[in-house]
Amino acid sequence: MIKTGGQIVCDALVREGVKVIFGLPGGAILPLYSTLGSYPELRHVLVRHEEGACLAADGYARASGDVGVCMATSGPGATNLITGLATAMMDSVPLVAITGQVGRAAIGSDAFQETDITGATLPVTKHNYLVMDTRDLAATIKEAFHIARTGRPGPVLIDIPRDVQAGEIKFDEAEWDKPVSLRGYNPPTVGDVDDVAAAAKLINEAEKPVILAGHGVIISRAYEELRELAENAQIPVVTTMLGISAFPEDHVLSAGFPGMHGMAYASLALDQADLIVNIGARFDDRITGDTKRFATNAKKIHIDIDPAEIHKNIKVEAPVTGDVRHVLGQLNPLVANTTHPVWIQHIEQLKADHPSLRIRETDELLGQHVVKAISDATKGDALVVSGVGQHQMWAAQHYQFKNANSWFSSGGAGTMGYEVPAAMGAQIAHPEKEVWTFAGDGGIQMTLSEFATIAENNLPVKIAILNNDMLGMITQWQDMVFDKNFYANSYTGNPDFVKLADAYGIKGIRVTNQDALEGAILEARAHPGPVVIDFVIYADENVYPMIPSGQSVEQLIEENL
Amino acid sequence: MADIQANGLARRTLVALVENKPGVLARIASLFRRRGINIASLAVGASEQKDLSRMTFVAEGDPSTVGHIAKHLEKLIEVVDVADISDNNVVWRELAMVRVRATQDSRPRVIQLANIFRVSIVDVGAETVTMEITGDTDKIDSMITLMEEFGVEQVMRTGRVAMLRSALSPGGEDGAYSKTLAGNIIAREGLESGSV
Ligand SMILES: Cc1ncc(C[n+]2csc(CCOP(=O)(O)OP(=O)(O)O)c2C)c(N)n1
Ligand SMILES: [Mg+2]
Repeated sequence: MIKTGGQIVCDALVREGVKVIFGLPGGAILPLYSTLGSYPELRHVLVRHEEGACLAADGYARASGDVGVCMATSGPGATNLITGLATAMMDSVPLVAITGQVGRAAIGSDAFQETDITGATLPVTKHNYLVMDTRDLAATIKEAFHIARTGRPGPVLIDIPRDVQAGEIKFDEAEWDKPVSLRGYNPPTVGDVDDVAAAAKLINEAEKPVILAGHGVIISRAYEELRELAENAQIPVVTTMLGISAFPEDHVLSAGFPGMHGMAYASLALDQADLIVNIGARFDDRITGDTKRFATNAKKIHIDIDPAEIHKNIKVEAPVTGDVRHVLGQLNPLVANTTHPVWIQHIEQLKADHPSLRIRETDELLGQHVVKAISDATKGDALVVSGVGQHQMWAAQHYQFKNANSWFSSGGAGTMGYEVPAAMGAQIAHPEKEVWTFAGDGGIQMTLSEFATIAENNLPVKIAILNNDMLGMITQWQDMVFDKNFYANSYTGNPDFVKLADAYGIKGIRVTNQDALEGAILEARAHPGPVVIDFVIYADENVYPMIPSGQSVEQLIEENL
Repeated sequence: MADIQANGLARRTLVALVENKPGVLARIASLFRRRGINIASLAVGASEQKDLSRMTFVAEGDPSTVGHIAKHLEKLIEVVDVADISDNNVVWRELAMVRVRATQDSRPRVIQLANIFRVSIVDVGAETVTMEITGDTDKIDSMITLMEEFGVEQVMRTGRVAMLRSALSPGGEDGAYSKTLAGNIIAREGLESGSV
C-alpha cells in the first residue's frame, strides 16, 4: 500500500497507544499536520508555546505512566522544547518529541528555520534520531517509544525532514511486526541473585534501618512491594522529593522527606540510621549535601535500574541493579518478619522534638496555610503539581499525600514554569480527578500563555498562585547565603492575576487573609471549570527547615521552632 | 595504565564497540565533554564485526568521573559494549610518524639511532627524513626526545590501540575485562550544585 511519511507517523503513534499529542505546527512539520487531522483517535492539543507542549507531555506522562508526546516545527519550534526535554531527562520521564526539519536537500545550508536539533539535544535526550528516509520511519518510531519507556525512562526526539514526512513509499504492513532489536541497549530488569541476597542480609542484620524511596518506586509502580518491605521488617520510610507519594504519608512508618528543605526528622533519621535502603533514588545533592558527611553511620543498599548511578555520588556496600519492582519482588521473600521497636520509638521522638511541619503562630496569610488548607479540603486525594521555589517546598511539605503517584514537580531540573502546562497534562491524563497546581508568581509568568489552552479545552485545573510578588526562593538565598544582598528578586510589576484569569475567561478569586481561605477553596472546588486563585501571601517568609547547599545535618536550620 | 598524574587527573583506557552510524562519535564526544573528561587520545577503526567499529580511548579527568565513564558510555544506545581495561592485562600500541631534519652531516646519526630503536624510515627528502615509530607511548616519547637534537619538524600520532592479551594455554580464557569496576570507582565529593 502506498503511504506518506505523515501517515506512517500517525499509524505508528496509534499503534503505540498514543491518545494525546501536545503541539504547535510550523512550515517544516505541516506535511505531518496535514495528515494528523484524519486520525480522530489522536487528540491534538494546540498549545501557545512549545515549552508548554513539552511540559504538558511531561505532566501527562508522569500522571498516566504512558509515554507523553509533543510536536514542534523546526528551528525555534524545536529549540522551544529543550527546557521540557531537560526537565524530563533529569526526572526520567518517558517522552517522544517529534520535530519537523527542513527538507533533506537544505540540511546543512543554514536554510530558513534550520537548527541542528539532534545536535542541540544530545545532552538532554536519552536518545535522538534524524530520519533521512521515509522507509525508516516505522522502525524508528517503534524504537523511540521502546527506548523512552523501558529501562530508566527518558525523552527521545525524532527529527523528520519535511520531504521525509511528505514522501510516499510502498509500505508493507508486516513492517509493524518486526521486533525492536538494539544490540547496545539491554536495560537490566531482574537483580543479580547474589546481590539481592547480600542486600537481604544487611536488612536482616540492621537495627536502625531506614528506607529512602525515590522516583524509581513511582516509575516502576512498586508501591505494594515497597509497602510490603516496610511493613514486614518494620522499617521507617523517607522519600526523596520526587519519591513523595510512593508511600502513603498517613502511614505510621512514613517519616517525611529529607534534604535541603525536607523535614528535620527525616534528615536526622538518615543521619542516625545504621542502614539506608535506597530504592530508586540517585543520592542527589539535595539529599546528601556534603557527600563526605552524609549518613556516615549507615551501610547502604542501592537498588537502581541504571548501573551508572551505582557508586556515582555515594559508594555503597550492597548495590543491586534492576527494575525496582522486580528487585523488591526478589528481595521481600528473603527479608525476615521483624520489628525495631527502639528505633521506631526513636523516630517518633525525633518527630516530636523536631515538628518541622508546625506553622508558626501569625495572623498573616502564609504559603504554608494555603497548602495545608487545600490538603485538608481535598483530604490528600488530589493530583498535585507545583512550580519551583518556596511554594514548591511548602507544597511538598504541607500537602499530605495519600495516593500513589499524586505529586508532580520538576525535581532534577527545577524548571520554573512547570506548574501550568504540567497541570494541564495531568488533567488531560485524568479528566475525572481533581488537579491542583501550586504556582509561584514568578514561575507562572513563564508559561501562563497556556491559560488559553486550559480555557479552550475547559480543563478544570485549580491554579493556586502563592503570590509574594517576588522570586521568593531567590530572596531567601540572598537573605541567608548572600548577606541580605537583595537584588533582582522582587516583582513590582506583577499583573492583577484575577483580571488576567478573567481575560482568558477563567474564574479568578483573590484571597488576602486566613479567614477567606476555606471559602475560596470551597468555591474553586465547586466550580466545574478552571480557576485561578491569587493567594496574596506574607512575603517575608523563609522555607524551613533548611540545610544550606553543600552542608550536612550539622548545619540544619529550624527557624520555625 | 590507570595512573593518577601529577596534576591530580586520572587517565584510563577504554575500549568500545560501537554501531558504525553517523553521529556516533558526536554522541560520545558530547558525553565526555558533559562529564568534564578530556579525550587524551582516540583511535577508531573497523572491527571484526560488520557494522561495528572499535574505539580505543585514553580518557583523562577527575579520578571519580573517569572511573565512572565506562558506565555512562554503556548507556548510549549505539555503544554495544565498552570496557575499562586500565587494570587488565593488555597489549597496546601506538604509531607515530615523525619528520626530522637530516642534513648531509647529521643524516648518518639519525639513521643509526633509528636502527637502534627499530624504527623504519618511510620517506627521505633533501633535508629531512620521515620515520615510522610503532610501540608503546614511552618508546615513542623517547624517540621524539632523542630526535629533538636534530630538529623535529612534524609529529603525527595515531593514539593508542589496545587489546586484551590472549590466553597462554589452548582453551584458556583470554584476559577478562574487569566485571565490576567497583574497585576503580571513587564516589564524587563536593557535589554542591549551588543552584536554586
Ligand atoms: C527557568 C528557571 N529560571 C530561574 C530559576 C531559579 N529560581 C529558582 S526558584 C526561583 C524563584 C521562583 O519564584 P516564584 O515562582 O515566584 O516562586 P517563590 O519562590 O516565590 O515561591 C528562581 C528564579 C529556575 N529554577 N528556573
Ligand atoms: Mg514568588
